[in-house]
Amino acid sequence: MTISTTHVPATDLGFLLVKHPDRVQSFDTTGGTAHVWYPEAGAERCTVALLLDVDPVALARPSKGHRSPDSFSLGRYVNDRPYAASSLLTVALGKVFRSALKGASRDRPELVDVPLPLEIKVAALPCRGGAAIVERLFGPLGWTVTAEPVPLDPAFPAWGDSRYVQLTLTGRQKLSDALNHLYVLLPVLDDAKHYWVSADEVDKLLRAGEGWLPEHPAKELIARRYLANRRSLAQSALERLRAADELEAIAEPPAAEELAEVEAAERRKPLVRYRQEAVLAALAESGATRVLDLGCGSGALLLRLLADRRYTEIVGADVSSVNLQLAERRLKLDRLPERQRNRITLIQSALTYHDDRLAGYDAAVLMEVIEHVDEVRLPALERAVFGHASPATVIVTTPNIEYNGRYDGLAGGHLRHDDHRFEWTRAQFAAWAARVADAYGYGVDLRPVGEDDPEVGSPTQLAYFRKAA
Amino acid sequence: MNLDIPELSLIALIGISGSGKSTFARRHFAPTEVLSSDAFRAMVADDENDQSASKDAFEALHHVAAIRLRAGRRVVVDATNVQKHARAELVKLARAHDVLPVAIVLDTPEAIAWERTEARADRDFGRHVLRRQQQDLRRSLRDLGREGFRKVHIVADPDDVTITYEKAWNDKRDITGPFDIIGDVHGCRSELETLLTTLGWRLERDEAGRPVNAVHPEGRRAVFVGDLVDRGPDSPGVLRLVMGMTAAGTALCVPGNHEQKLLRKLRGRKVSVTHGLAETLEQLAVEPPEFVDAAATWIDGLVSHLRLDGGRLVVAHAGLKEEFHGRASGRVRAFCLYGETTGETDEYGLPVRYPWANDYRGSAMVVYGHVPNPKPEWVNNTICLDTGCVFGGQLTALRYPEKALVSVPAEKTHYEPVKPLVEATPARDATTLDLADVTGRRHIRTDYGTVLVDAENAAAALEVMSRFAVDPRYLLWLPPTMSPPSTSRLDGYLEHPAEAFADYRAAGVERVVCEEKHMGSRAVVLVCRDAATAARRFGVDDASSGAVYTRTGRPFFADPALTETLLARVRAAATPAFGELDTDWLLLDCELLPWSAKATSLIKGQYAAVGAAARAALPAALRALDAGLDRGLDLAALRDRTAARATNADAFTDAYRRYCWPVDGLDGIQLAPFMALASEGASHAARDHGWHLEHCDRLVAGDPDLFRRTERRTVDLSDEASVEAATAWWRELTGAGGEGIVIKPCDGLLHRANGKLVQPGIKCRGREYLRIIYGPDYTEPRHLDRLRDRGLHRKRNLALREHGLGLAALDAVAAGAPLWRVHELVFAVLALESEPTDPRL
Repeated sequence: MTISTTHVPATDLGFLLVKHPDRVQSFDTTGGTAHVWYPEAGAERCTVALLLDVDPVALARPSKGHRSPDSFSLGRYVNDRPYAASSLLTVALGKVFRSALKGASRDRPELVDVPLPLEIKVAALPCRGGAAIVERLFGPLGWTVTAEPVPLDPAFPAWGDSRYVQLTLTGRQKLSDALNHLYVLLPVLDDAKHYWVSADEVDKLLRAGEGWLPEHPAKELIARRYLANRRSLAQSALERLRAADELEAIAEPPAAEELAEVEAAERRKPLVRYRQEAVLAALAESGATRVLDLGCGSGALLLRLLADRRYTEIVGADVSSVNLQLAERRLKLDRLPERQRNRITLIQSALTYHDDRLAGYDAAVLMEVIEHVDEVRLPALERAVFGHASPATVIVTTPNIEYNGRYDGLAGGHLRHDDHRFEWTRAQFAAWAARVADAYGYGVDLRPVGEDDPEVGSPTQLAYFRKAA
Repeated sequence: MNLDIPELSLIALIGISGSGKSTFARRHFAPTEVLSSDAFRAMVADDENDQSASKDAFEALHHVAAIRLRAGRRVVVDATNVQKHARAELVKLARAHDVLPVAIVLDTPEAIAWERTEARADRDFGRHVLRRQQQDLRRSLRDLGREGFRKVHIVADPDDVTITYEKAWNDKRDITGPFDIIGDVHGCRSELETLLTTLGWRLERDEAGRPVNAVHPEGRRAVFVGDLVDRGPDSPGVLRLVMGMTAAGTALCVPGNHEQKLLRKLRGRKVSVTHGLAETLEQLAVEPPEFVDAAATWIDGLVSHLRLDGGRLVVAHAGLKEEFHGRASGRVRAFCLYGETTGETDEYGLPVRYPWANDYRGSAMVVYGHVPNPKPEWVNNTICLDTGCVFGGQLTALRYPEKALVSVPAEKTHYEPVKPLVEATPARDATTLDLADVTGRRHIRTDYGTVLVDAENAAAALEVMSRFAVDPRYLLWLPPTMSPPSTSRLDGYLEHPAEAFADYRAAGVERVVCEEKHMGSRAVVLVCRDAATAARRFGVDDASSGAVYTRTGRPFFADPALTETLLARVRAAATPAFGELDTDWLLLDCELLPWSAKATSLIKGQYAAVGAAARAALPAALRALDAGLDRGLDLAALRDRTAARATNADAFTDAYRRYCWPVDGLDGIQLAPFMALASEGASHAARDHGWHLEHCDRLVAGDPDLFRRTERRTVDLSDEASVEAATAWWRELTGAGGEGIVIKPCDGLLHRANGKLVQPGIKCRGREYLRIIYGPDYTEPRHLDRLRDRGLHRKRNLALREHGLGLAALDAVAAGAPLWRVHELVFAVLALESEPTDPRL
């Protein structure tokens, strides 16, 4: 990274940074050695260079007692950290230019608050979200931004651009502001921090963002990414930011990226609710009190079941232990009163295997589950659920692919989720349901869920299986 | 006085305090067999005399007793047991585990008992307690048999006692065979004669020409699974022959439900004369009464199930679940005779049977009859031999241990079945896997050692297996991980063949083969002759003809059509091998190229990205450094280092680029096979690598566009020239961008040294290739020195454990073991793969 100025005399940069233009200085910092020197130091133009010489071997070694979950992933050993401007560089920046970052100068106090003509170059800046986001972050701060995307591999043009840009920022800025912009925004662009985010990160962000972050139009995005997507930390930071600009009566609109996410979630949300309602209604109709939620995911339906006292025994089963942990947290199992706690059990199970623990219940729900199983493996699921667990009632929901054309971006045979192995038309689902019902002695009733489009049907389809008397 | 006690039993010692029960127990039983109420009181309440702790103490005692009985171990309960309710608990416990309860009463005079009690400082109860116990005991004595104790021994003089253990009637483990096990005969005497003759038996006849015995010249023994009688034309004739054979010792027989009913009828009990009993009674009416009496006595003496050949074989009429093997109780007998039913009846009014065999996980083979099937089918190491001879089907025998089936057709339909034979049973389901087969912390025993799989690794494997892997019926084997050689100390090298050769020399291997390591992705190919073969042999009937899967069992291609296209090409080249190996399918271990075919997202996201970042950062750094140098700053060392890093980054980019090329469908895809692991009935693990490579070469010759040859060099480790030539070859291969070589003992996968398996292969990767693994700059001496400190022990150990499991899986496939066993082994390999290890090794 280089910082140049054309302030006259340009070598004042040396006083502000407290680094002599004619010396090469090195500092030990997290992850390697930071070298500082001046490629040019004339009166008209002066440039300081900061090079972080990362020690990749030391970086890869997990420090004692602080083993992160990816300790054993190859990404720890072969990665871009030795080349890219990451949080390692900003840590070095914070250490090497500490007083300048704080806006202090013993030798040139009068220059501290003066906007200087600056040009900053970062050779390999990783940024999630492409070059456009660089403009979104630096533009509002008064920088003129040039971000040249770096191709992934010139030998394979089809692979396109990498996530790196060669960044040039030009503008008149107080040096301390410029450094703080870099200090906060480089890790935000990278969106991957090398250390675990702890609570004092919030304070660091607020300190470095003083004077510019509260007004930044993308401050939510910045806070969220800087705090490594830790929701609760991000929220408290946002709350404190809001408190800082108390005068604004109306909450800031979310940044465009977030807005899109929220909208997408909202668009899907009614369907999620309709689906849950439809499943709960069918369950209530069945008269079941001891129920299985097979493929419970992170426990959205379990939460609703737990709230309904008619369900005396609820079992959530999922193959993913991560999902089960999420469900445990979501249901606050460790804080439920004993009587409530005893109503619910979470178990790891796989629906292509017989599981004796699932036998003997009144009803089983497979809400948006079968489409995550390879079609050729469905007979195993049928045997395990209808044949072995064999509850009196089975409720299955799955997407109706005919409806996909009604969603933007889902035309042309696209499925609704990357992991969906298939999505069925109404006829396909009906045929499957009829075959399964017949093979295992159930009767079946098919129901639409969500808006029932006269042409393509409802977005979700539900099959209500009842064991024949 | 001699006490006869069944070998497996729950023995209740009964006697008042001070009667000498503990001394008796010590003298006659192993300390671990004796569960004493005093000891349990001490265990739960720190005081063996604390009567207030009795309830808890007995709860614990019963719990331990139950665990021992479940495992088939003897239990001796040392407590007073003078009260009826205390004994009732024990009888209940014995029955729950289908073992016989035995009572041994120590009838010591109260006066002697009181003397002993007074002599003990820790016993402070009054004589009235003893008196009450004595009264209870007196009252109990005559009722013990009625309470359920199968044997009651009353011991007056404890010093004069010897104990003899009676073997269970079903325990014929000392009879080892070979056997010809014969299915339900139902009065088909003529077919039985034909079957015995076909099996090589010589029939002996009486003066009337009726067969009364049979002898096999090779000393084989026949075992009848019961239902000799009813429905057919000559039940007395069958009885005469089989009774003669059992009397002569050439046959064993278990009773069927039809014998049982006949016996009840003959003993004058009221039974409904249905299901062909009328025919038997009619036929017996013309036999002399002595014969009928002898038949009744003979049936009465039959034992409901037999354990044979060291416990490896169990024969019972309707089969037997594992927890009942060797046990004796009314319900065990009922299971043997009638099987397990669900309590429902089907459309023909016949009881619906519970498919116990689907759940069977025992190691003993269970052979049975009872339910007619069109043809016998193995389900989890069990087989039903009733092929409905009397209904016009066949009479079937199983040769044991050969596992060969021999059938003769019925001469006619002797009896019309209630329901048609073809649909007599629902399609039996040997393909159902149970979660209990794979989850939790498991010790997996194989011929190659015992492997421990931790619960959390099994949990991780379950997720991958159930969500992403190919059909488990296709998943016959997963490749074990492979260790690199000991770390090289040679300048600039982390891995070098010299260490691999030294490792093998140290392990006692003399000849190795070095095989070119193709840089692609591991692919296991299971190819069947056609979809019908896949359906028949593996039970997968989705029109696929095999599978191509990755090292974690995922399908290689998302598109099944592409898999089929590849399989068709493999099949075409493998057809000669099908004939030669007498098989309809083949399991190949291969590398599929290019690397980018499967790993594009990894390459782009990780490797190419690193290259891009380096290409952007380092030239800019060099420009700034050069500018500083021009100003006379002291930057020479940093500049040199940065220049070296730029060179390394280019070398890194070159390294991964070599393994990437565009593919379109199968165009550009290459398959490099290096082992033919298994085919029908055979694991080829014991074959040497010369054999494997020869088979692979023939595939290459058959389709040189698809298949890629694996170059190889054989090395005599005691011959320096041979070693040097191989090393030079490695240098040449890796210098030209090759990944490296794999060094394997020539003898193949089963090479052992000092009785232990040695590493089946050691990978020795090239210096340039390792940049992809250790980072672009790893060759810099300051990095290399630190990287040399790499713990290989864990990786080697893991490789050997996975290797053993893989070998066992191949053996299991070859032996036609049940699916759950093969799956258990393959699943364990996947679970071990989820153990944390340094991914760079």
